Parts: sequence; C-alpha cells; structure tokens
Amino acid sequence: MSILVDENSRVVVQGITGREGTFHTQQMLAYGTNVVAGVTPGKGGQKVQGVPVMNRVAEAVEMEGANVSCIFVPAAFAPDAVMEAAAAGIRVIVCITEGIPVLDMVRVANFVKEKGAMLIGPNCPGIISPGKTKVGIMPGHIHRQGSMGVISRSGTLTYEVVDQLTKSDLGQSTCIGIGGDPIIGTSFIDHLRLFKEDPQTEGVVLIGEIGGTAEEEAAEYIRAEFNKPVLAFIAGRTAPPGRRMGHAGAIISGGQGRAEDKIEALQAVGITVVLNLAELGDTAKQIMAGQ
Amino acid sequence: MKLHEYQAKELFQKAGIPVPKGRLLTSRDKLGSVLEEVPGPPWVIKAQVHAGGRGKGGGVRLVKGQGEAAEAVAELLEKPLVTPQTTAEGVIVHQLLVEEGVDIDKEFYLGMTVDRKLACPTMIFSPSGGMEIEEVAKQSPDLIFKEPVNPATGWMPYQARNLIYKLSQVPGGSTVKELSSTMKKIYDLFVANDCSLLEINPLVITKQGSVIALDAKMTIDDNALYRHKDLAQLDDPREKDPLEVLAEAASLNYIRLNGNIGAMVNGAGLAMATMDVIKLAGAEPANFLDVGGGASEEMITKGFEIILKDERVRAILINIFGGILRCDVLARGVLEAAKKTDIDVPLIVRLEGTNVEEGRKILEESDLDFLVARDMAEAAELVAKEVKRQG
Repeated sequence: MSILVDENSRVVVQGITGREGTFHTQQMLAYGTNVVAGVTPGKGGQKVQGVPVMNRVAEAVEMEGANVSCIFVPAAFAPDAVMEAAAAGIRVIVCITEGIPVLDMVRVANFVKEKGAMLIGPNCPGIISPGKTKVGIMPGHIHRQGSMGVISRSGTLTYEVVDQLTKSDLGQSTCIGIGGDPIIGTSFIDHLRLFKEDPQTEGVVLIGEIGGTAEEEAAEYIRAEFNKPVLAFIAGRTAPPGRRMGHAGAIISGGQGRAEDKIEALQAVGITVVLNLAELGDTAKQIMAGQ
Repeated sequence: MKLHEYQAKELFQKAGIPVPKGRLLTSRDKLGSVLEEVPGPPWVIKAQVHAGGRGKGGGVRLVKGQGEAAEAVAELLEKPLVTPQTTAEGVIVHQLLVEEGVDIDKEFYLGMTVDRKLACPTMIFSPSGGMEIEEVAKQSPDLIFKEPVNPATGWMPYQARNLIYKLSQVPGGSTVKELSSTMKKIYDLFVANDCSLLEINPLVITKQGSVIALDAKMTIDDNALYRHKDLAQLDDPREKDPLEVLAEAASLNYIRLNGNIGAMVNGAGLAMATMDVIKLAGAEPANFLDVGGGASEEMITKGFEIILKDERVRAILINIFGGILRCDVLARGVLEAAKKTDIDVPLIVRLEGTNVEEGRKILEESDLDFLVARDMAEAAELVAKEVKRQG
C-alpha cells in the first residue's frame, strides 16, 4: 500500500508540450510512472516522449482511463487547468505551477472540493510512492520504498529530508509536497488521515514552515486521532517578521505563523520536533527503532 | 507589493469610499500652495512610508497653523523616520500627505484579508479602532468580528448587518447604511485589485455622523501583478534595499538580513532551513537567497553577483539540492560569476541531488578556490569557522 498514487495510477500531464512538462514527463516515464496521456489545447494528435497529446482532459479520461493529473501549465492558465481536471472526473490533481494569484486559488479550492477531488499544491513538488510511481518533479533516485510517510510544505527541503531518511535506512511509503502557497488544495490533516489507514506507513515526518496555522491544526488532529509516531521539522526559526520568505505562504504576519508557536504546539502534544535539520535522519531512526 | 497610504486613498476615492481632503507634498517650497488647497487648520501631516507604527515613531503630526506645519515638514521630509517596524537607522521619508483635520466621534477597525484555513476572503471589523489590531486580538478577542465571504456569492448586505449589530452601541441615523456601503465597497476593491490585505485603521464616524477612512493600507498580491499593470507602476523602489531591487529584476527571492554570511540556496524551504542551521552553528546569515527550483545558469550568476556586492559578507555558503535545478547548471553559473568578479571571501559548497557528480567535477576542474561540505551540518560549521577565523 501507499497513499494517493501507486502502480495503478494512470497519469495525464497537463502542459506536456511545454519545456518543463516535456522534461518531467521524460523523468516520470524513466521512473516507471504510467503516463498515459498529455494535454495541451490545440496540440491534440501530437506525441511527446511517445505519449499521445490531446486537446482536453476529458478525452484523456475517456480514451486512456487517466485518473491522476500532473499540471505544468503557466500561472495565468493553471486555475482553468485544475478546474478542467476536476470537472473531467480526475480525483487526484497535482499542480506544480508556482505563482497563481491567491484569489484565483479561492475559486479553484472551492470548485475542487465541490467536485470531490483532491488537489495537491499548487507550488509543490508533487507526490511519489517510491518503487511504484512518481507524479511530480522530485529526483526519484534519492527515494527508497519503505514505511515512512512524508508531508511537506516545501520542495527542495523535502528532498533534503528524504535523502537523510534513505541514508538512515528508512524508506518511504508516500511523500507529498502540499505546496508553499497561502491557499493550497489539501492540508497536513487530509494526508495524515490517509496515512492513518495505510498499513505500509509506520511513521510520519511532517515538514512545516513559517506562515499560517496549518502545523498547529495538524498538532491538534494528531493529539486527537493519530496513533503512529510523528517527527516534525519547522523551517524559518530565524526568519524576520513581515517578510515573504520566497514562498507566498511563508510569512509571519499579524502575530501569526511564527516557528516558535508551531514548535510549541507540536511539542505540547508529544511530537518530537527536530531543531537542527542535519539531525533529522538520525532522530527518525531512533524514534522508529523504539517502536 | 505594498501601496503608500496616498496611493490607496486615491483608489478609495475612485471607489466612492470617503477619505479626508488631502494633497501630497514632495518638497518644502510647495507647502504654501498645498496648505491653500487643503481645508484647515488644523491639518494632519503624515509620512508616506511602508513601515507600520508611523504614529509611534512621530511620523504623524497634528498641526494648528502654517508655522507648525512648516516645522513638522522640516523635521520629517527627507529625514529618517524610526518606527517599531524599521531598523534603528529608520527609513528616509520622501513624501508627506497633508490632510484636513477631522472631528472624530468614534473609531473602528475595518479590514479584509484571505483566510488561509477557510480559503476565502474575510472581512474583519472591530470597535477598537486606532489601536494595533494584533494587540486587540490578543487582549480582547471578543472585540474582533469576522465575516468570511462565499466566493460564489460575493459580499452580501446581511453580512454587514452581522458585523455592525454586534456593536454594543449601534450608531444612529444613516450611519449604519454608510458603514454597510463602505464594507461592500471594500470587498469590491479588494477583489478588483487582487489585494492580499486591505486595512482601514481607523475608520471613523465624525461628529457630523459621516463615515471617513482616516487611514488606508493596501497590499497587492505579487502573483497577480501581471494583470494589474496600472498598480505595478505604483511600486516605490526607494522603500526597498538596493540589492533586493536588483534581485527582483532577476526573478530571485532575496532578503537582506543582519549577519555576514552570504547564502545561496535553491528552494525557499531549504533556504530558510539553511539560515536556521547557520545560526545554530553560531553565525549570522547576511541574506536569504532562494534561486528557485528551476534556476538557469544566468540566474545563478546573477544571484552570486548580488551576494558579492554585499560588503558585509565574509564567507559564502552555497547549499543546493538539485531537483529541477541540476547541479551542473549551478556549477557553471558559479564559475561564470567568478569570472566576472573577484571572490575574495571563503566559499563553501554543498551539492546534492540531480547531476551531482557532474556538478562537483565542473567545480573541481576549475581554478576556483572552495571548500566542499558533505552535508548541511558540515557546511554550516565550516562557514562559521571561516568567519570566526577572520575575527
């Protein structure tokens, strides 16, 4: 098992003819991902890396049985692309695109929820179930199949964490980058719920950062309902308030979103918080060995 | 992107939200003609800077005559203003807003922002106007009223009533109607301009019973500026650090900090974590620099040049975990920058991820002088040691 995506996932790449879309389609295929179709409006009939290109997501669903989407469409057109996927019946939508306006995401998030789909991102590296499939842009070779679930608001920071886990002989069941924007499709809690029911997952690493209150809400959920060990790291302990730290969502404002508050909330419910990122792998190993 | 108060008030005026009569003053010799156009005395002279806490820093002056006005202008214009939100050196005031004085009866807070958890715009209203809203939220959260807006319907009039009739003293006459209409206009303005924050603090009811926005704060969503060319022109680069302006032009995320270790990292999360690790090792980062997940060779070169322009920098740490950004691209970018500028500080490089072998080889085969770190902990220790060694 794993969550969200596995060897049965049939992936459609929206924006497959763009530079990023083409490059990562090739990378996903090389990893073994079942990329069944690509979509670029107006370019139906072409092929990219041997994958048939269609004009609409609905065609990819009907003709190729696509059930997962991975979106590389530019920010101005990405909201439309996400809604198209949700309307076509895709249930897991991964939006890699960075820089979508917040008010567009307000409409998108509500629409996707209405359609009963799960949106991962935007502004995220995607999902990987190591050894099975990768839907996103993460470097596949640092991952190993195993029992750790990883949920993160960041991209490269997730790679750093996964690399340490792998080097500590801790493989991963599924790693999800939920995205660095203020409004994202799914939260830590949505994925913790899935990890709770997944027999392959024995422990979870939660990677948060400054901004918002998602980590505090996750802490409360873990206290009330989650029964597997959780290890957390929060980036941005030294970030100055009022400044947007790269990610649109990573900002301490209005007295909210400070790393200290998040760390305190997590520790208060018994979650181990790694303060020095360099020690994450070793700490995870200790915790899992104690199980 | 933050707007100045006077810029936001111009947008308010166009949207039909009442603001005090006022004029912008940019040079001392125009004061006489400005005062002739603005009703008064009394006048209020307000420093136009992005930093908050202007009142506490003496950036807002009530003056009762031309003499006092001239004094205030002499003290403020082209002078540094220190507020609780600026550095100790403060920011230089280049513009003043001169406004008519208003007879205040009641002060409110009215704001709108996007609620991240509910994923929708939310109106915030409070009878504790004129104070810092964060303080009110902490001290008396029961005095903060909120109304989330359903994006499918937009702001509805009943929501204004929900907010206004929560007041312990509901204003009489036509004031409820005026408040309600102001709320609707604020929502429309927020959506039309892709705001991430819109605040009026205070929104006042005058002794004559009319509603006026005494202050105005607007922040525009940077990601939406592509569809607001008119707003993008209102950007004031004088409010920013010169290196940050350079970085912005190169699509790099750069924030100047107080230390002396230049850092270049790919990805915002990893960049933040790198800052944290540097600090844990007993050193201070000079900057946050995220070259992005998919940086090109030119962007790496540009980022490196920006770090080298910072005279405080005593050592540089490059921490790259290659995903989209390949390590060989990073290596070529650094070499390109090294060709253009002399690197006279120690350079510590930590590379991992996609094409890492190729990246390492490119650096090793060059004549660039640098130290290799195997992991983040070692990178931070090395860089801290280099800075300490220099004393």
